[in-house]
Amino acid sequence: MGNPMKIRATAKDGVTEVKILMQHEMETGLRKEADGTLVPAWFITEVKAQYQGRTVLDGQFGQSISKNPYLLFRFKGGAVGEKIAVSWVDNKGDSRTDEATIAA
Amino acid sequence: MKAEVDLNRRKALKAGGSMGLLALFGGLGLLQSGAALAEWNKAAFSAKSMDDALNALGVIIPENSATAIQLTVPEIAENGSVVPVSVASNLADIEQISILVDKNPNVLAASFVIPQGTEGLITTRVKMGQTANVIALVKAGGKYYRVAKEVKVTAGGCGG
Repeated sequence: MGNPMKIRATAKDGVTEVKILMQHEMETGLRKEADGTLVPAWFITEVKAQYQGRTVLDGQFGQSISKNPYLLFRFKGGAVGEKIAVSWVDNKGDSRTDEATIAA
Repeated sequence: MKAEVDLNRRKALKAGGSMGLLALFGGLGLLQSGAALAEWNKAAFSAKSMDDALNALGVIIPENSATAIQLTVPEIAENGSVVPVSVASNLADIEQISILVDKNPNVLAASFVIPQGTEGLITTRVKMGQTANVIALVKAGGKYYRVAKEVKVTAGGCGG
């Protein structure tokens, strides 16, 4: 169970803008500790956003995405007061889902 | 469409197993429903070169199109571990947006399936080990488009 995401969703002129800040180390598996041991890869592989059961974004990440990944996207529709759910899965099988209420 | 399916089938035979099957389904558009999350594309995300990454993504020949895609990246990144990248496109029927960094150990940074009703816009942040080209790859209406921009990195993001 990872740390909670920060999600901001705002609806304007029929389009909902979603900003997501995930909390994750995003280790590439290439970085070495001071003593030379390799830090194992640990990163988010899949991100999915859903609105009322409809998938509005279906993404896959690689090791090149920065620590604490940020994501912005927009979808048509989305009503103020309704919820948007974002989930991620990492390469160790950990996962997290958070919800945010769409604001005006 | 027929040619694309045949190509994917050939790849499926070559790759074998679930990966090939995934490429075949992708080619047939069965994954567009969005009902099931596509399996993480290990081959594409492990690719060490642009060619390998494009192959694993099933891209035939991307059209170089700076007019169809707006790629926004900084000219100079002082911190290679956090480089903002924004991809926007007004192409019709956008199906997929991918972001690649050609000199990173793993060139593919992210790939997004864009369902109907979602705009052709993605902003995220990537790591860059050194000065390199950031490539935005957009699939729209069954065709691939790409645009590349160089980002000068003054401090690397890998292993600092």
